Amino acid sequence: MRDRLIFTSQLIFTLLVASFLVVPAILSISAGVTVNYFRGIQSGVTLQWVAQVWELYAGTILLSFVIAFATLALTLAVGVPAAYALHIRGGRMSRVVEEIITLPLAIPGLAIALALLLTYGDFGDFRRSWLFILVGHVIFTMPFMVRSVMAVFATIDIKTLDESAASLGASPWRRFRDVIVPNALPGILAGSLMVVTLSLGEFNLTWMLHTPLTKTLPIGLADSYASMRLEVASAYTLIFFVMIIPLLVAMQLFAEKEAKR
Amino acid sequence: MSHRSFVWLCLLPLAVVTAAFFLLPMARLVVTGAGGPQGLAGYLAILTEPRYRATLINTVLLAAATTIVTLIVATIAGMFLQRHRFPGRAVLIAMLTFPLAFPGVVVGFMIILLAGRQGLIGDFSNRLFGEKLVFAYSIYGLFLGYLYFSIPRVILTIMAAVQKLDIGLEEAARSLGAGPWAVQRDVVLPALAPAFVASGAIAFATAMGAFGTAFTLATNIDVLPMLIYTEFTLAANFSISAALSVGLGIITWFILALARSFSGSAVAAAG
Amino acid sequence: MSAQAGHGAAVRIDACGKTFADGTRALQPATLDIARGETLVLLGPSGCGKTTMLRIIAGLELPDAGGRVLFDGKDMTPVPIERRNVGMVFQSYALFPNMTVSDNIGYGLKIRGVPSKERAERVAELVTLTNISGLEHRRIDQLSGGQRQRVALARAVAIRPGILLLDEPLTALDAALRDRLRSELNRLLRALGITTIYVTHDQSEAMELGDRVVVMQKGAIAQIGTPREIYFTPRSRFVAEFIGAANIVEATIEDRHLVLPGGRQPIHCDVNMPAAVAMIRPETIRVTSAGSASLSGTIDSISFIGDRQRLVVSGASNRLLTVDAPNTLRTRPGERIGLSISPDAVRLLPPES
Repeated sequence: MRDRLIFTSQLIFTLLVASFLVVPAILSISAGVTVNYFRGIQSGVTLQWVAQVWELYAGTILLSFVIAFATLALTLAVGVPAAYALHIRGGRMSRVVEEIITLPLAIPGLAIALALLLTYGDFGDFRRSWLFILVGHVIFTMPFMVRSVMAVFATIDIKTLDESAASLGASPWRRFRDVIVPNALPGILAGSLMVVTLSLGEFNLTWMLHTPLTKTLPIGLADSYASMRLEVASAYTLIFFVMIIPLLVAMQLFAEKEAKR
Repeated sequence: MSHRSFVWLCLLPLAVVTAAFFLLPMARLVVTGAGGPQGLAGYLAILTEPRYRATLINTVLLAAATTIVTLIVATIAGMFLQRHRFPGRAVLIAMLTFPLAFPGVVVGFMIILLAGRQGLIGDFSNRLFGEKLVFAYSIYGLFLGYLYFSIPRVILTIMAAVQKLDIGLEEAARSLGAGPWAVQRDVVLPALAPAFVASGAIAFATAMGAFGTAFTLATNIDVLPMLIYTEFTLAANFSISAALSVGLGIITWFILALARSFSGSAVAAAG
Repeated sequence: MSAQAGHGAAVRIDACGKTFADGTRALQPATLDIARGETLVLLGPSGCGKTTMLRIIAGLELPDAGGRVLFDGKDMTPVPIERRNVGMVFQSYALFPNMTVSDNIGYGLKIRGVPSKERAERVAELVTLTNISGLEHRRIDQLSGGQRQRVALARAVAIRPGILLLDEPLTALDAALRDRLRSELNRLLRALGITTIYVTHDQSEAMELGDRVVVMQKGAIAQIGTPREIYFTPRSRFVAEFIGAANIVEATIEDRHLVLPGGRQPIHCDVNMPAAVAMIRPETIRVTSAGSASLSGTIDSISFIGDRQRLVVSGASNRLLTVDAPNTLRTRPGERIGLSISPDAVRLLPPES
């Protein structure tokens, strides 16, 4: 009897917490397709707000994808070899390097953005291009890629695999291509999902680094929250959900699959 | 090419990127912070200038409150979800964790939809008491927003920690005559302490540095990130904003480093 | 395979020591010659430096300054492992999880640019030789421990290496499988005839597989010799006790006899020494009746092993003496027995330094 009571009250509590998180999202989704949010859903269902968002903000969505995939390409090209080197070398220097590249996780994005602005703000062409935002995203997401790949290396004794490929005559580059990268794939994939998801949603850095001509999706969101009617802002948020939720689900499934292995 | 030089070559791009776009700018930030009219004393302004000090205290209190409430909420929910199996559990977990990657701006908007001028809470209170309850744009709205993005993260950590808990410890305590509350107090909660420290530090550091939510809820909230932003963009006070952000960076880094040395696991803030 | 018999390179390790970055001395400078086609076993307890020596020969570790590794007289010290043409079997096997069994075996050939048809033939040849037919397309995680060991060996041999290096290749397996694979491995190594360097901590592997055995202790070579030499004429107490069962006896010498609590034991002794440490193998001690024997003791306990029985005898030496007796001998604890040992079976050990 008492157990039943405890269970029920815990369940109700958890349901309340869940609804605190979910209800606003549902409100936002429904507001995005409602003719008039003030009058409620009975005013009719429409896609006009979504269409309007697309008209106004298609550029930001496109740029966000460009930056996300450019960030991914760079973190892959830079982060995966680095993770290998840090794992193989080991020792104190590797730990220091790892510590340094992990710092952007501990330091607020605002501070990093300020630092970038103070250093490179005068390089006009660079500062005005989307590459400036890209740099911020790469710095911010790099630790996720490096750590995710290093986590895999720690579980499969990559050092001995590397040595055995070497004993068969493979050059360092061949080993990297044939043995290291294929066996790091789970970590590379997990890191990639993380990097794309984070880059698509990054605001703190991006807000400081963007220009009127280099607006990403979250910048557009903030813009619409400040200046558009609620239905448009909601429709825009709806588009963001549609983009980000498959990534989140993929990440979740992937984590579960890894946990089962 | 020897293996040694190949390994160095692998590390080179990271070294270049990190040096050029992180270390150099951070050094520049630190130098700029000392470049104001007060020189190095600019770094003390965060403590001596009453307005900055009040903001700092505000921010710390808000982050601490967020951390404590999040830990309590997440522990109750996380323990419940990990210890019971019932239909719909997976859906409930998904609901509790999906805001994980929402940027601060979106979280801010969620709070506006809940407690803003056209929000759900105001709507209800209007119907019930004839008065519209609107608090999204106050410190309470910000607090709610910080809870919104902290809860999913902390729940995940707590659930993982509860899963790793050795059920034998609880059974041993019960065999020695401990009642349910004593078991929780003497066995379960102490065993979860490292998870509390780790996830609490993340929640605290994230709340200290969160900018997007405060920005969206805007108007009149004095928290450190907003102060830095306004000093930089509106007042063009580069040295003060640099000094303040170095201070903020040191605080968050220090909290995380402290938690890591205590709990021994990797701790990082994000968002 | 016969085409390979007697093939391989002669190896010379010249004053190779190894000090790690943290200052630990893993290997004292050692010099060693390994003949073409020979199987040399590096034997010792963990931490004795045997794996370090193997890794120096492989090219995975550089020896300290002054040390050199020569293959057929050619200095290989600065050459990285990928250009030494060695085949190596790792303790964990280190099979590539991202490749099938045949891709693993053929990888070294692929690196060498061997055309795929020729490669497939060679892989098929090795699959037959190592008895893993039918597993060619399996993934590595679908193999048993013994199968993995064979794949690792096939992969190392496929490239026709000059030297085959095996690092505890049987340690990861359970005891019964280890015995079976040991004799299989023995046949295979004889058939291949490649110069082989084999690291193990298991003396029965060393005895069965090695043409010569190098016993190592604390980073230094304790003794080099054929299995027989190592077994019958150990040069130190460490070697005597590490290889097989040994009774170590400390006694004074009087008139070419060891003076023991249970009597006197004749020995061969050229120089005049006052006292000695001697080794006596349990199977060289014969049980006789107590009355006539010059050395006698009392049976403490008996363990019946099957092919023989092991007696523990007190009172004969200054410590308990282990005696291997025929399984037909009828005796019981507490009985007084005589012990007959040929002077040839008593090996005097040099005093411990």
